[in-house]
Amino acid sequence: MTQHKKNWLKKAAAAATACTLSLSASMAIAADTIKVGVLHSLSGTMAISETTLKDTVLMMVEEQNKKGGLLGKKLEPVVVDPASNWPLFAEKTRELLEKEKVDVIFGCWTSVSRKSVLPVIEELNGLMFYPVQYEGEESSKNVFYTGAAPNQQAIPAVDYLMKDEGVKRWVLAGTDYVYPRTTNKILESYLKAKGVKAGDIMINYTPFGHSDWQTIVSDIKKFGSAGKKTAVVSTINGDANVPFYKELANQGISAEDIPVVAFSVGEEELSGFDTSPLVGHLAAWNYFQSVENDVNESFIKKWHGFTKDKKRVTNDPMEATYIGFKMWAKAVEKAGTTDVDKVRSNIYGVTVANLTGGKAKMLPNHHITKPVLIGEIQEDGQFDVVWETDGAVPGDAWTDFLPESAKIVSNWKDPKVACGNYNTETKKCSGQNY
Amino acid sequence: MRWLLLLLTKGFLCVWLAALPMLSQAEDADSNEGDSAAEEVFNFDEAVKGLDTKSYKVKGKKIQGIALSGHEKALDVLMPLSEGNLFAVKETGVIVEGIKEDSLYTVTDILSGEKIGQLKKKALRKIRINNKLRRQLRGLMAMLELTHPDDAVRLAAADNIIKSPTESMLPFLAQAIEKEEVSAIKDSMIIAQGIIWTTSDVTETRFKGVEAIGAHPHQAVKGALLRVLQKDEEGNYLEPNAYIIEAAEKGLLEYERQENVYKLIENLFFGLSAGSVLLLAAVGLAITFGVMGVINMAHGEMIMLGAYTTFVVQQLMPNSIEYSLFVAIPAAFIVSGLFGIAIERGVIRYLYGRPLETLLATFGISLILQQLVRSIFSPLNRAVITPEWMSGSWHVNGMLSLTYNRIYIVIFSVMVFVGLILLLKRTHFGLQMRAVTLNRPMASSMGIRTGWVDALTFGLGSGIAGIAGVAISQLTNVGPNLGQSYIIDSFMVVVFGGVGNLFGTLFGAMSLGIINKFAEPWTGAVLAKILILVAIILFIQRRPRGMFALKGRFVEA
Amino acid sequence: MTSIPKGPMLKFLTEDAGGKRLLIALAVLTVAVPFFNLAVPESSAFHVSTYTVALLGKYLCYGLLALAVDLIWGYCGILSLGHGAFFALGGYAMGMYLMRQIGDRGVYGNPLLPDFMVFLNWTELPWYWYGFDSFLFAMVMVALVPGLLAFLFGYLAFRSRVTGVYLSIITQALTYALMLAFFQNDMGFGGNNGLTDFKDILGFSLQEDSTKVALFAASGVVLILSYILCRYIVASKYGRILVAVRDAESRTRFMGYRVEHYKLFVFMLSAVLAGIAGALYVPQVGIINPGEFAPLYSIEIIIWVAVGGRGFLYGAVIGALVVNYAKTYFTAAFPEIWLFMLGGLFVLTTLFLPRGIVGLASDIKEKMLAKKVQKQADVKDEPVDTLPKASTEV
Repeated sequence: MTQHKKNWLKKAAAAATACTLSLSASMAIAADTIKVGVLHSLSGTMAISETTLKDTVLMMVEEQNKKGGLLGKKLEPVVVDPASNWPLFAEKTRELLEKEKVDVIFGCWTSVSRKSVLPVIEELNGLMFYPVQYEGEESSKNVFYTGAAPNQQAIPAVDYLMKDEGVKRWVLAGTDYVYPRTTNKILESYLKAKGVKAGDIMINYTPFGHSDWQTIVSDIKKFGSAGKKTAVVSTINGDANVPFYKELANQGISAEDIPVVAFSVGEEELSGFDTSPLVGHLAAWNYFQSVENDVNESFIKKWHGFTKDKKRVTNDPMEATYIGFKMWAKAVEKAGTTDVDKVRSNIYGVTVANLTGGKAKMLPNHHITKPVLIGEIQEDGQFDVVWETDGAVPGDAWTDFLPESAKIVSNWKDPKVACGNYNTETKKCSGQNY
Repeated sequence: MRWLLLLLTKGFLCVWLAALPMLSQAEDADSNEGDSAAEEVFNFDEAVKGLDTKSYKVKGKKIQGIALSGHEKALDVLMPLSEGNLFAVKETGVIVEGIKEDSLYTVTDILSGEKIGQLKKKALRKIRINNKLRRQLRGLMAMLELTHPDDAVRLAAADNIIKSPTESMLPFLAQAIEKEEVSAIKDSMIIAQGIIWTTSDVTETRFKGVEAIGAHPHQAVKGALLRVLQKDEEGNYLEPNAYIIEAAEKGLLEYERQENVYKLIENLFFGLSAGSVLLLAAVGLAITFGVMGVINMAHGEMIMLGAYTTFVVQQLMPNSIEYSLFVAIPAAFIVSGLFGIAIERGVIRYLYGRPLETLLATFGISLILQQLVRSIFSPLNRAVITPEWMSGSWHVNGMLSLTYNRIYIVIFSVMVFVGLILLLKRTHFGLQMRAVTLNRPMASSMGIRTGWVDALTFGLGSGIAGIAGVAISQLTNVGPNLGQSYIIDSFMVVVFGGVGNLFGTLFGAMSLGIINKFAEPWTGAVLAKILILVAIILFIQRRPRGMFALKGRFVEA
Repeated sequence: MTSIPKGPMLKFLTEDAGGKRLLIALAVLTVAVPFFNLAVPESSAFHVSTYTVALLGKYLCYGLLALAVDLIWGYCGILSLGHGAFFALGGYAMGMYLMRQIGDRGVYGNPLLPDFMVFLNWTELPWYWYGFDSFLFAMVMVALVPGLLAFLFGYLAFRSRVTGVYLSIITQALTYALMLAFFQNDMGFGGNNGLTDFKDILGFSLQEDSTKVALFAASGVVLILSYILCRYIVASKYGRILVAVRDAESRTRFMGYRVEHYKLFVFMLSAVLAGIAGALYVPQVGIINPGEFAPLYSIEIIIWVAVGGRGFLYGAVIGALVVNYAKTYFTAAFPEIWLFMLGGLFVLTTLFLPRGIVGLASDIKEKMLAKKVQKQADVKDEPVDTLPKASTEV
């Protein structure tokens, strides 16, 4: 009996150690490649949007390797699947940084996934490029934001509607999460500052994946029949858009009567449905596939070649990924190393040609300059640009339209500030994780 | 079709076009077309060329000019412009109409009518219009269509004018009203006229306008009344005339009274349609879960397969989308049904009597099926086209319109339900199925091949889920996650109604749908859903076996 | 000093062969991992990386959660498809404490309000956030909130004799309703983003390896203690009545037992354990958000238990470890097709391992034992000595 027991004890101990060893057995870092981590969900609810970005990064890596890689080394992509599970994003980030020792990560789509990654990437001093338009209110030392901040999307769009369409009454409709909440807060205070009365603003939030829009669309219709020109500013996310637009079309709301301007509907979302009843509804982005430009054309061609699908569309977050990748590559070449701190100090001021013309420049607040385009949906699922800003708009990490946020500035280059959330009143930095 | 009709009436319309500059004397429009063209200083060709500009303001002026010119080509230019088919050839700057054929555009010079040939998209510059111009074009065209021979076109034109009225349309309306013989169209035109009058500078005209529109059931009427009743900062009416205010207030009151009645009807319809979607999604589960006792977590994926089948069918018959759904319904039934039979034969038949283990196995299957469609069709949503006959809505009147897709889905769900009941109650298979459910060993000893019946029953449940997928593909996204959004609701409906009772499912689906839609305006979409879930939890405490519980000894087993 | 009596006092442990092995393995893990992480230099091949520590810590929390589910499902026949709700509530209670610990180190530097409240223009802390600056209060809440909810829910459900799938479905409704509620930003729990950006716990920085290791060790210790508690319960007379309820509820009731009371107690205990698991989980993964309430996650918990082996407490823990390790491995090694493998695993387990991994092991052992007995009987050797008999209560 005792013999028996001892045996088991030994075995259990051996098993436990074996288990931990196999887990921790980090692969030896091959010195002759530069590892590029790709942290996009390939399954779960976000796969629909994020898979495209994974492919974009892989395409960029392939292209860079064809040119001979970086610093004489080949790039090696490391793809993991955080499966649309937010805590898993943090875990996979740790895996990429500690186990795979990647030099840079391209990843995340939702704000919550980025927030989940943030503490890990700051703790391990990693480097991430985040390619999606978001609510701002953040500027991490270790993250570069190549998507639009609210001032690069929402406010120009509202300006356009006010001036060119003469809109007087506003419906702010969004999915109930941080991006719409913040954007709508900013827009509400902006509209009120422009003299719009509270009674002329209707705010509505719906859950993720909301599919039965009958009541809300009918309410919008009623709200729009008060004799003033009405528009809908939509921050409705992803999956909920198809049933929303279908319901709009079926209830006979056309763009001529109540135009909808969306911040989360791009070519890819539109490729999921028949757009003929939607002609004239708007979207505000920093990139449209339809923009005629040599750089853009060759990008689209490459994309079609890479995906072996001539019908695959390109979209704004893809351009942001493209810009982020190019900026990183340039900064690595400038720094002569992939060391995170050196790459960071070399990336400020780096410029990359936008796919729509002009140049994107990395700012000391980790955001970039972007042109703002407003497009109208066409029958073929593409957008016609009806308005664009004169020059590039610099991304503002901290909006000026929220009282608490207006006090904060971000500047990583200026040695006097050197942080992402410097309070100009108290002259202090707050919320750092290192 | 519309194009042809327009061509037919063009000569007549041009007369009216010519009259535009002389708005105050619309009668003069009888003057000869040739004369007015001769008097014109406006250069038509220059205006058309001028459309090729970036400025929408300039474009708007040119459009106005072209419409007013009375030129015989005016409509040839405006129609393609409004449809987005007008281009400028980059090299020569010639304005052309381009019709897309595959990747090339067949191009015709808009002024000379000469065919230029086929050009690549790159060689062309699209003449873009925005919402404002589209609205302008809509108004101009509607104005011209007021005297169109087709009743439907005239009605649509009148409605379009109600939506975007401008003062310059008044003489045209007056003429059209005089000539109009169909009373419904005439009424619409009178309302349109009334709405325009309410913005007049002349007090009598405004009064006439408010009187004319009364409380006509059209949302634009409410808008017009509210505009009349606008107040300034201090809360005083902008309208100086007390009679007008009184009339408008009376109209608004009456309008709102009617509105409340229609709102109720509309809510009921919303509830029924939400309920019928739930019914479609749940009725298949009522068979696999309710009748067979399999906790079928892959039920949602059967719906998804049906939706993807619809997509594939549409890809296979791109030229007859109108009929695609009639092909898709049996196809989806067969595809999902076969998957169901395969699942039953491959996995579930080994698990009878262990309902909770069917949950695990079918959950695994649901993961596999999701990944399967993700691998085959990519994780992106696929575009399922809504046929023409299912788009748009049925305008009962200006206040109430019911969308066709929802109406058809309500009818369809009832048909499916009745068909299923008949199948179970009136056919030999239904009899066998009920026998196996009630007492398997007895049924078996009576010579029923129970295994075969099990497979077919599961196939039936899955097949119906597939049919539900066809309907749902008309409402929402077709993607790998489609099934997951319906599985929980489906379980709730079946349990709420009572497991093993199809009428319970019908009752459960409809009541949940209606309660949800009546709660939503008060509470918002999320809270309505939470309240319903809490209500179900509490309801189950009162009736632990659902609304229509099966009675008898075997339920305990 | 006298040796520990091996009498009936600890019989409940000594008779549980599989559990004993598990406990030993857990104890070894709890001691060895911190040692190999902190004391062994990083360059050494024996170093356990912080990534691994965090990962194992997470698995242990899942193990505790699975244990809680097996206690009610395996021994009392209550299939809860909503246990993720209790886990998440415990997690939120812990998250609220961690949130309050941030103090004025948030991005807006507001000493009272968490960041998400500041930028939604909230001016004061909602009442239900009061008290969470105290660790003790938060810990009480970790147990109290899930326990209270379980009491309310269980009291209503068991009293009206809601059983079987009906119970399962309403537990699902419960977690689904809570998910929708917590997603709402107006609730004051951070909406979709949940609670994140934690800085420290009890004054120790969460970024330090030593803190992580301590949390890991705490998870190990809590799991071991909880296991012993659960084992004690199922081996007692009380546990036998639970099994009776599972196998024949009506009969047990007719014999005079107040079935509802037994069910209610064990359901509450299970909810409290799940809440504690959640509280340990949150500081280790660094985020808690409403996604944890998702009904699909709750189904996953059931699957861990089933894969490990329902009705063997140690089976549940093993199942949680195996499935989650498989998930971690597959998502990294086969990101495109891991769902096929995971789905396949579930189907194959139910078809071929109806009693889970542990059940399979005991089946094989019994077979071998039977053979051995046969052999020995053939040889007509000395009588076979009593080998521990595998638990077969399913």
